[in-house]
Formats: sequence, C-alpha cells, structure tokens
Amino acid sequence: MKTITPSLRILLTGFLVLLNCGPVAAQEMVADFGPEGAGQTLVLRSTTDIAVFGPVVETFLRARPNVRLHYEQWGSNELYRLSRSDCRSGEAGADIVISSAVHQMVQLVNEACASDYRSLLTEELPGALRWRNELWGITREPAVMVYNRDLVPQGDIPQTRFDLLDLLRPSDTRYAGRVATYDIEESGLGYLFAFADAQEASTFGALQESFGRTQAISTCCSADIIRGVAEGQYLIAYNVLGSYAQGYQQQDERIGIVLPSDYTLVLSRALMIPKEAGQKPLAEAFLDFLLSPQGTLALRTALLISPLLEAEDGNEGESLSSTALRPIGLSPALMVALDGLTRETFLRRWRATFPGP
Amino acid sequence: MPDLIRRLEMTSLTARVALGVAVLLVIGGVIVSIAAFAYGREAARSAFDRLLLGAAHDIASAITVQDGKPVIELPVSAFELLAFAPDDRIGYRIIGPDGTTLTGYEEIALPENRRDLRDGYFDGAFFGEPARYAIVSRRLAERTLNGTIRVIVGQTVLARNSMAYDITRKALYVLAVSGLAMILLAVVVVRSVLTPLERIAGSLSARDPHDLTPMDTDVPRETAVMINALNGFMARLDRQMNSMRHLISDTAHQLRTPVAALRAQADLFSDEVDLSRKEKIVERIQTRSAGLGRLLDQMLSQALVIHRGDSARRERVDLRDIALDVFEEGDHAVLNPEMDVVLDIGENPVEMLADAPSLKEALKNLLSNALKHGRAPVRIGASLNDGKAVIWVEDAGEGPDRQTLDELGSRFNRGGLARQASSGLGLAIAHSVAVSFDGELVLERTDRERFRAALLFEAAPVRAA
Repeated sequence: MKTITPSLRILLTGFLVLLNCGPVAAQEMVADFGPEGAGQTLVLRSTTDIAVFGPVVETFLRARPNVRLHYEQWGSNELYRLSRSDCRSGEAGADIVISSAVHQMVQLVNEACASDYRSLLTEELPGALRWRNELWGITREPAVMVYNRDLVPQGDIPQTRFDLLDLLRPSDTRYAGRVATYDIEESGLGYLFAFADAQEASTFGALQESFGRTQAISTCCSADIIRGVAEGQYLIAYNVLGSYAQGYQQQDERIGIVLPSDYTLVLSRALMIPKEAGQKPLAEAFLDFLLSPQGTLALRTALLISPLLEAEDGNEGESLSSTALRPIGLSPALMVALDGLTRETFLRRWRATFPGP
Repeated sequence: MPDLIRRLEMTSLTARVALGVAVLLVIGGVIVSIAAFAYGREAARSAFDRLLLGAAHDIASAITVQDGKPVIELPVSAFELLAFAPDDRIGYRIIGPDGTTLTGYEEIALPENRRDLRDGYFDGAFFGEPARYAIVSRRLAERTLNGTIRVIVGQTVLARNSMAYDITRKALYVLAVSGLAMILLAVVVVRSVLTPLERIAGSLSARDPHDLTPMDTDVPRETAVMINALNGFMARLDRQMNSMRHLISDTAHQLRTPVAALRAQADLFSDEVDLSRKEKIVERIQTRSAGLGRLLDQMLSQALVIHRGDSARRERVDLRDIALDVFEEGDHAVLNPEMDVVLDIGENPVEMLADAPSLKEALKNLLSNALKHGRAPVRIGASLNDGKAVIWVEDAGEGPDRQTLDELGSRFNRGGLARQASSGLGLAIAHSVAVSFDGELVLERTDRERFRAALLFEAAPVRAA
C-alpha cells in the first residue's frame, strides 16, 4: 500500500523537507475531494485508508458545493510526529486529524494541541468517547480474529483467546508459524491493541508466550495480514481491525471473522481539531456531520461503525454480551501506552517473543 | 441629612426589621459565601492532592532496576486514579539519580527555590494551563544503582475548580434556604410583636370619648410601660375633670348665698327711706362684699392648688422657705394686727418634692384660719419628724371641738369640699395640697395644750453633699 503519487511527491518535497524530523515523514497517499477552485479547502489527515473513508467525505461534501477537502493518508506514528511538531511550532497544518492510534491522540490533546468544541451532538457522546471536548471517538471497530475458511476446520475456529491458546498448545500443532498479528513496533494501532490486551486480561501473557513458541508472524498492516489469511499464507490472524476484515470479506469469501467472546476490544478512531487549524468552523461542521444520523449512516456503510457489533441475527455477526465489548475509552490513562520507558519495557518483552528475522 | 433621620424615625417597625434582616442576610451571605468558597477550594485541593500523591506513589513503587538502569512500567492504575478528574490534563516527569529526565515531560519545571526538593506539592503550569504537582522520591539502593529517583505527577486544575464551585454552590443553596427561613421567621415575629400594639390601638379607638377608666394592662411587658403611662395620664385627666366639675358646682353654690344676700341688702337699701338705716345697710353691704372677696380669693387659690397639684412639675422644696415666705409677706399683720405671729424654724433643711406656690397657698390658708379662730400667740414653722417633712401652724387656742374635727375629717375623705364657712374652704385647700403631694393634713391638739394644723409629707432623701 505504500504507493505515493509521484507528482504529489514533487509538490510536497519542500513541505517535507521543512518537517523532516522523523525517519519516515511522508504521507502514504493523498486525494482531493470536491470541486477544484472551491472557496474553502479543508485539510484532513487520517490513518484511515482513503478508499474506506472517501465515501463518507463525499457524503459530507454533497451538501457543500463550495468546499474542497484535501485528504492525506498517513501511518499512525508519522501522523503523530507531524501533528506534534505542528503543534509545538504553532504551524497551521491539518484542520482535522483522525487517527486509529487513539493513545497518540490523547497525548496530543494532553499537550494542548487541540481546540475545544461543544455542540448538542458532541454532548450526546458517551463519556468514554469524548475527552475534554477536544477529542471525540467517531467510529466503532472491533478487534477481531480472522481465519481462512478453507484451511481451518469448523471445529478449530477459535471463539475465544483460550481456544486460540488450545490450538497453539500441542507441540506439533499445524498452526505453528501460521498465525499472524500486527508488528507492534511498526504499527501504532497494533501496539495499542497489544497494550489494551495486556491491561484487559492475563490471557495476553500466555498468548504472547504461545506466539513466541510457535513462531507466529508479526507483520505490518491490516490489508497485508488479511490478504495473507485469504491466500492461505496464514491460517489465523489475531487482533485485526474488524472494519478492514469485513470490507475485505465482502469481495473475498475465503476469510471468516470471529469476535472473541471472552472480550472484544472496540476501537473508536479519534478526531481532533488542531489548535492551529485554519478552518475551524468547517472542521467543526465536519465533526457534527460525522456524529449526525446522516454521517453515522455513512460511517456504517463504510463499515467504520461496525455492523458486527450490532448484528443480532446476521450470519457473520455474533451477538456478544455487552460486557464482552471493551471499548478503548478516550482517557488520559492511554498516555501510559505512549510513555517512553513503559513502551520500551513493553517492546522488550515483545521482542523477546518475536526475535525477528 | 436631618430629613433622612426624620424619615428613619418615622419608618415603620416592619420596615426596620426588614431592613435589619436584609442587611444581616447580605453581610452574612457575603461572609458565608467567601468562607464556603475558601472551604471548597481547600476541600478540593486536599482531595485532589491526595489523588496526585497516590498516583505518584503508585508510579514510584513501579520503578525497578534492571542491568543498572531504572526500568519503569507506568501503572495504568495511577492514571486511572488521576482520571477521577476526567477532563484534566496529566503531566508527569521522572527524574533519575543523575538529574536526567528518564521519561515524561521535560517541560515540567521544578520549583527553584527549594534546594532539597523534598516530597510534597507545588503549583506550576502545564502547557500554559495552571497545574498542581506532587513530588515523591524513591531511594534506590541497589548494587548497580544507588540514588534517588523523583517522580513528579501533576494535573491541571479544572476538576479542583469545579469541585470548589460545586461546594460553594451547594453552600449557597443552603444559605438561600436559611435566608428564606429567616425572612419568614422575621415576618412571623414582627407580626406577633405588633399584634398587641394593634390591639391597644383598636381598643383605644373603640373607646367612648368620656371613658377614662384604666386600660387592661394584660399586655407584653414592653407595651405595658406605655399602657401604664397612658393610664396615669388618663387618671390625671379624670382627676382634673372631677376637680373642675366640683369646683364649678361649689363655686356656684358658694357664690349664690352671698350674692343673693347682697342683692337683698341692695333691694332693702333702695326701698329704705330712713337715712340712718340706709347707712347701716351700706355698712352691711360692705362687710358682705368684703367676705365675698375673701371667698373668691380662696376659691381661686383652691383652683390654683388643684390645677398645680396635677400639672406643676415637682421640685425639691425646703419647707422652711415656705414658712419664711408666708411669714415675711406679712398679710397677717395687715389682717389681724393685734395677733402675734412667731416663726419657728430650725437650722436643718426640711426638704420634700412638691410645688412651692401650692404649699404657700395651703400654709396661708392655715395661717389665716389660725388668726381668725385661734388665740395668740400663733406660731408657724417647718420641721423633720420621724422622716416626715412637716409644715405647721399652731395657736394657743383649743381649736374646734372633737366632733367638728371628726366631721371635718370625714368631709375631706368624702371629697366634698367645704360648702359653708370660708374656714372650711381654707382647710379644704390645705387638704387638697396634702393629697396632691402624697401627704396628709393633720389637725390635733398637742401635749402643750395647743392646737396644731400640720401638713405631713414624705421627706425627700437627703441630697448627697
């Protein structure tokens, strides 16, 4: 997925040189929505794939012919670094930042990088999806397990983490080396899920140990992992973002999706309006749109508000008891995940599990 | 300004109480609000300070040493503790033994004036917002690492402020309710206090204009003062009215006879032809008119005495002065030059509270009685007897017989004034004066076989020198 439009790269070179602070400071992809030469241009930086979020943006723009939206797709760590340096230097960067690495967003808000906004719609959000009126959770996406329908026999399909542990336990298990999960050093989202897992239950320690023993694969990016499962390279993927999995499943029937019934982490991508945003009213209108019934519908269509969580009678969806759903709340406690020393300690343990190539 | 004071004096009692309560409520409200806010701030401060300290201890205890390096895995519980202030930003900084920041925000500045940086709290800022920090030290004594690690945890102060405001607001609710209760109570109290006054006013206005009987004193003590004064006033009025009535009827009665006699003599005179007889009639008319003049004098002085007895201010009077004045005026020498009058007064003052002209009038009447009916020598004087101030007139005669004395006494007691002889009127005047100043008129025969008419009064307490 790391394709960059050459023309854009040239356009942005000067810009990138200016903020060339991180090792990789480049967006993965850009796209512009809305008419050219429109009066207002909204700059949106997000970790969400343009293909997924594009329809939502188009719905927003349909009622606003005078608005152009410049969409930049970034990796979560780069987006964090860029937003932070914008904030520190007081430079006007994006008008809206949406990231799945909510702990990074919490950190940005904690560092006074966001501007606050209050409306009827934001007030309606539950407390866990709102922090300081500066950060809002706009999506609901479960972290799921994905399996290959053809290669994983019905009886082996893990419904819980314990099932997965059981599958990995035999020394001659056929799943050895065929379970994939995020590389948490590369992916902010993967790290967040792993960290949340570690907070949530002691299962994660055992799981980590099993992954290490069976040489599970840690790799990058949802799309790659899911395609790997579909093509049979991996049999099971753990902690994959449900929205991507379901989107893929709609075109490729080879994968199955499981919401772990012991508990399922639910991620809400966080949106913030940077303090230095040039188009605050428009950005706020965009936020209100996302929270409005119309925007919610668009997000649902884009699978960003996952139907998996609601399907009572759906064939794929499993009705989970509400206690099994563990939303990753927007609270300062998430800052722990980003603490330098803590992260180091956590990653050291992770590296011990995945010695790497 | 005087206008304002005048208006204040005329302000109704209700308005006064309302003003008082309002001022009390406003001042009290301000004081209580300030106190509540101070208390709220303090309460919020100590509550959230403990959270901070708890979180800092939590973090400090999570520090371990591996390979000679401090290793920290921040406990989520510490941050969840801090998340009790849900909207506050969190800052933390962990400083190693060598003074370098191990993790956290290097932006958090330590207070400079404290060299030793002991554990405790300090105020600071966090990304431009006021914040409060706690410092906790952890001493490590490992083989590979020896020193102190300081954990600084801080938070912005939104939750503190909102808690302080919350406490203040609740205190103000209580204050408002109690203020309301006080106002209600004040209304009830004022109404109940004013009820007796209204009742008094009602009964006064419902009274018959001639009804001067005392009012019911069955009222609260404070208003009873007023009622008693009112009753005293009415009694005085009643007495004066009665006196006037008697005076008028007496005067009419007393004047009728001499005037009728005068007219009869005058008729006789005009009918008489004989010159020598005419001369006799003229003589008689002269005597009669002189007697009428004396009677008029006495009646006027009686009216004066009655009037002054109730209305004149009582002042300290030395009875010796009265006796001296009467003696020196020397009327007796003109009227009865043949009678000897002796003044008998001592060295010590004989003081009592009364009205001097009334006393003088009384003494003059007694003296003229003695001159008319008694025998020389006549003595007048004043003295102190057994705590009584006495002013008296004595003569060497025997006085009226016992029966007459008794009759005189009973007549005074009946209140009926002497209606026949002018001597009776003189005694009546003396009696009125005695009664007016809470004294008595005593007519007696002394041991030395003399007749004495005396006025006895309560002596005034001896004046401090």
